[in-house]
Amino acid sequence: MKKLLTAAVLSAALATPALADTTKAGFIYIGPVGDFGWTAGHDRARQQMAEHFGDAVETSIVENVDYGADAERVMTQMAISGTDVIFAASFGYGPDVNSVAGRFPDVAFQHATGYIQDHPNISLYDARFYEGRAVLGHIAGKMTETDTVGYIASFPIPAVIAGINSAYLHAKAVNPDIQFRIIWTYSWFDPALEADAAETLIEQGADVIMQHTDSTAAIRVAEDAGVMAFGQASDMTQFGPNAHLTAIVDNWAPYYISRVQAVMDGTWEAQNSWLGFADGIIEMAPWNDRMPTELQEEADALVAAIAAGEYHPFTGPINRQDGTPWLAEGEVAPDGDLATMDFYVEGITAELPN
Amino acid sequence: MILGSINPAVLMAALMVAATPILLAAIGELVVEKAGVLNLGVEGMMIMGACIGFIVAVNTGSPLIGFAGAALGGMALALLFALLTQALMTNQVASGLALTLFGLGLTALLGQQYVGITPPRTPRLDLGPLAEIPFLGRAFFRHDIVVYLSIVLVAAVWWFLKYSRAGMILRAVGENHDAAHALGYNVKRVRVLAILFGGACAGLGGAYLSLIRVPQWTEGMTVGAGWIALALVVFASWRPWRALAGAYLFGGVVVLQLNLQAAGVRIPVEYLSMSPYLITILVLVIISSGKGRGSLNAPGSLNRPFHASS
Repeated sequence: MKKLLTAAVLSAALATPALADTTKAGFIYIGPVGDFGWTAGHDRARQQMAEHFGDAVETSIVENVDYGADAERVMTQMAISGTDVIFAASFGYGPDVNSVAGRFPDVAFQHATGYIQDHPNISLYDARFYEGRAVLGHIAGKMTETDTVGYIASFPIPAVIAGINSAYLHAKAVNPDIQFRIIWTYSWFDPALEADAAETLIEQGADVIMQHTDSTAAIRVAEDAGVMAFGQASDMTQFGPNAHLTAIVDNWAPYYISRVQAVMDGTWEAQNSWLGFADGIIEMAPWNDRMPTELQEEADALVAAIAAGEYHPFTGPINRQDGTPWLAEGEVAPDGDLATMDFYVEGITAELPN
Repeated sequence: MILGSINPAVLMAALMVAATPILLAAIGELVVEKAGVLNLGVEGMMIMGACIGFIVAVNTGSPLIGFAGAALGGMALALLFALLTQALMTNQVASGLALTLFGLGLTALLGQQYVGITPPRTPRLDLGPLAEIPFLGRAFFRHDIVVYLSIVLVAAVWWFLKYSRAGMILRAVGENHDAAHALGYNVKRVRVLAILFGGACAGLGGAYLSLIRVPQWTEGMTVGAGWIALALVVFASWRPWRALAGAYLFGGVVVLQLNLQAAGVRIPVEYLSMSPYLITILVLVIISSGKGRGSLNAPGSLNRPFHASS
């Protein structure tokens, strides 16, 4: 019902004749803009983009759009109503974006975290979350008193596995005794399960909780238990002011502004962008004051080094979990390896599910 | 393998907490189904309870009033279901599904202003010396009042269905509504009351999630707990104590797999999470074979609409 209403409002908005020089940008989201995580991050960027361009751009959103027929219908309607560029902000929209893009060659399509690019009017974009995980790992390694980090993971896909590896390597670098306890929830969003997982990890000795799931439940549990945690995708400080050390905050605004600008200038071309600290696409939420000044400076320096391209979080020598060599001394992980990562690095004791 | 890091007493305690929301919802739905009504809207009533309970608790500062509000919220949605299925004679399955969708949408709207707020604490019940008993104290006697209430509720429902006159009438209505009607019982009234009870219980279960287990309000936060409760009723073959055992088994599977994973034990999470549902499907298959129906205790008039003229 909500979807129908939103769609109706949307089509009414799109039907009003716009000035010829107004660029229309449509956004479709998998979740509600109020999820305090992933979708909230994309909508924050949309608002900043709209603010940046003022009257020159007109944006519209449809939230809670399911993958498949729903997504196709919404995007088709956007395209028919004269939208110039459509941002599809979830991995699973891939087939739908490609099917609609084939029918509307004059509309620019931007698909987040996708991998299918069958038409020349589809751009893919993703963020190098593993760069942020390196910083979290460093902080966790320094802050933990029990030498145990609890990690709540969603699905064993390359982005999540790379995140665990990156965090582990950097925690290990500053704390050789570090141990990671990992729980897979097989869901992006299940507050009760994430809360249980956090409680279990804390019970088993973890005093820093890291999550790659979208709800704010784990932060809440960590706050109650008096341990530390990191937010996900957005600054989650308000859910646990003491527990929340920092978070990897998605900041798609600079990218959205540049892409809409390209559409305006008529220079838009299909790309495949994988952006990180250097592009300002991910950034760290303000450090919690409980982190020692020295550690805050180290974390700042690490972010700066990665952003400047002086340091890559996956720099050899790194072995796979089974002891076979992956990266030689000084070798930097190729993007291809990271995008298909399906193994833990040496030192992680848990076994990776298939 | 670091199994030593798992503390059985804590495991037991966590299991009881994990099981409480589904147990509450299941015991309510059990009574509804015993009266011959299949309400698939448990998920919708649970999320309604989670949302209303949270809002009331935050505004009054009292978790107990919050739980009362949650029960009323669940009942409000159940009343809608009763109106549709008992007065307007709509299809129970379709109405129940619609109720779930409606509940999810409505609460997303109602709860918008309440995201990111911390609800008032629900205190643990002070059981004095009992809580100090080694092992047992940590496992059983350091919970909040709702955990014990859910067990009391199971006992009460068991007694009600088995020994009370009203309970026997309710069962008669569920087993054969024509016969009950012929005996002069008001089939619709019994069913409406049962549906309302089911709504109240589901509401309490939902509020347990938002006020104690998580504790915060997030849109869609029940994520399928209502469906597990529905499966649980079948799994328990409509017997209250089995529902309790089933809920603890379901909860136990969840808590155990989390603990094993955290301890670094490689387990096939998918299969373990799947097992309660597999057993439920098995029970359903046996029931639908006809022969097994009676032996498995399914109410005879379940999901059959009743009209006094028929």
